[in-house]
Amino acid sequence: MSRFSAWVNKRLPVDETIREHMTEYFAPRNFNILYYAGSLLLLMIVLQLISGFFLMAHYVPTSQDAFASVQGIMYDTKWGWLIRYMHVDGVSLIFILLYTHMFRGLLYGSHRAPRELVWVIGYVIYLLMMAEAFVGYVLPFGNLSYWAGEVITSIMHALPVVGPSLTTLTRGGPGIGSATLQRFLALHVVLFFLIILAAIALHIVALHRVGSNNPDGIDIKKHKGPDGKPLDGVPFHPYYTVKDLFGVGVWLTIFVSVIFYAPTMHGVFMERTTFLAANPMVSLPDVTPPWYLSPYYAMLRAVPNKYYGIAIMITSVLLPLLLPWLDRNPVRSSRYRPVYRIMLIVAGISFIILAWIGQEPPLPKYFLIERVATALYLGFYLLLPFVSMIEPTRPVPERVTG
Amino acid sequence: MSTYRYLCFLLVSMLIPGIAWGAENTVHWMTPHYTFNRTTVIAGARYFADHCMACHSVSSLRYEYLRADLGMTKKEVEEDIMLPNGAAWKGQIVSPMPPDMAAKWLGKPPPNLSHMDRYLGSKFIYTYLLSFYWDPARPSGWNNYVFPMVAMPNILAPWGGTVGPKGQVIFPGRLSPAEYHKNVADVVAFLRYASDPSYFTRMAIGPYVIGIMVLFTILAYFLKAAYWIDLKKKRK
Repeated sequence: MSRFSAWVNKRLPVDETIREHMTEYFAPRNFNILYYAGSLLLLMIVLQLISGFFLMAHYVPTSQDAFASVQGIMYDTKWGWLIRYMHVDGVSLIFILLYTHMFRGLLYGSHRAPRELVWVIGYVIYLLMMAEAFVGYVLPFGNLSYWAGEVITSIMHALPVVGPSLTTLTRGGPGIGSATLQRFLALHVVLFFLIILAAIALHIVALHRVGSNNPDGIDIKKHKGPDGKPLDGVPFHPYYTVKDLFGVGVWLTIFVSVIFYAPTMHGVFMERTTFLAANPMVSLPDVTPPWYLSPYYAMLRAVPNKYYGIAIMITSVLLPLLLPWLDRNPVRSSRYRPVYRIMLIVAGISFIILAWIGQEPPLPKYFLIERVATALYLGFYLLLPFVSMIEPTRPVPERVTG
Repeated sequence: MSTYRYLCFLLVSMLIPGIAWGAENTVHWMTPHYTFNRTTVIAGARYFADHCMACHSVSSLRYEYLRADLGMTKKEVEEDIMLPNGAAWKGQIVSPMPPDMAAKWLGKPPPNLSHMDRYLGSKFIYTYLLSFYWDPARPSGWNNYVFPMVAMPNILAPWGGTVGPKGQVIFPGRLSPAEYHKNVADVVAFLRYASDPSYFTRMAIGPYVIGIMVLFTILAYFLKAAYWIDLKKKRK
């Protein structure tokens, strides 16, 4: 060890941290493709920070100039289109990864004891990401931004007692305008973003405290070699850093393909109505949320009453927080729980169906599908405590498989 | 189209053009046939400058970009595109018609077409431009199937011909329908470029960017394999 690094390490635990979280952090050796999502999310957040920095350098948060300043980025700023597409498409890709990451957790029981806090902190990150994405897409002040801002802030209006004043506080006035843009910008780049960063740090620290789960849902620390290292574990560095590097390559190839060949993804990643400047006089045919928020919107619409609809929506957003305690089966992984696996897949498919319905206009032909899918999705959470107590399980192996 | 259905459609569509998406089955959307390349877009830009720019701006674009993105020469842009009103080479492509005056003359200021293609879609613009019919009840004398009660008159009538409300030809145009449709498709191509000017840059450098990423992925794969091979040996 050089004298310099000895000097630094005496004052800052650099080597110790690297040992604890990288070279001597033992991860199970049987991670599959779903496990790439975590490290890719970290990468994407950093990319959002970089692209967001350049966007903010050109953005003007006033109702008069916001749309024009964003178009200035797209037309007049060198490589501005690349930065903006990175930022906008990055959001959709982040949510694809988030849903994959969360589904993987549920599939292998990674949310179960002793990793309850990993799940809860992670879920809070997901909630913050939704808030971050929402305030973010109001900023370019296209017509979609305007009406989405109007509709979403009006949801708060339904709260008892504080509703109306809270709505005014959020908007910075009776309607969506410069004041809204300025506070949303502050929330987007300072408050929400900093809390997200802090929560990500906590998420990783909490995970490393208890160790990573694996597709078999068993504890690798039960079987240790004579050197005290888990037999089924491999040091995170170099094994998973090089493996994740390969994942980064595949993912960035997908990312640049989207940016260069389908930046709006045919209106899914960037909706048509974002290309018209905000106009209070031109209401949209139907305000639909972006695809990643759309399941909750569909659940809101499934109930023909604003207050009950909002109650259902809030329930469906918050229920997953309780999942570690709703599940009472001693077996973690769905590999050895056929009934749980079927329930999870049905809930997953219902969620995707709701995402699709939420993008469609509110036509009567969708009402039945919408309600059935909502019932199936919420049914997963409500049935889980009972089913998990009586469901049959397959024998769980002692050592990890694959 | 039956009168009843047409009236219903008319009522619904009067509110906003956007609602016409919801009534898609009543409108027969036409797809413009063009190859989206620089030649088509330049042809569209010339046509746009000659026929549309008197009223419509594409202010997000600047004259200069027609050289940078499309490869026109400065001389071509100055002679064919720029209006002889002292427009600046680096300036925005703005119509010489003052918006407040236009609102007075036409009832509504002609919209800026910078993002119209991404907002309404090529099919909408193409079908709209070909859906004007003669309607003496309107102040301009024109009405439109896709956008009823539109303030814009059919500026392209001398070329495309004048059509009555039931599709009967009142005056034939100077151009054959095929030529005319090609010209309109060119304009649509230009508007598509105007709303997505990075298109040609993206297509030009896209393969290289993806190539580099694929190369990186292959190298990363071998690196990963090199590390994991001794792990597999150890387990055996």
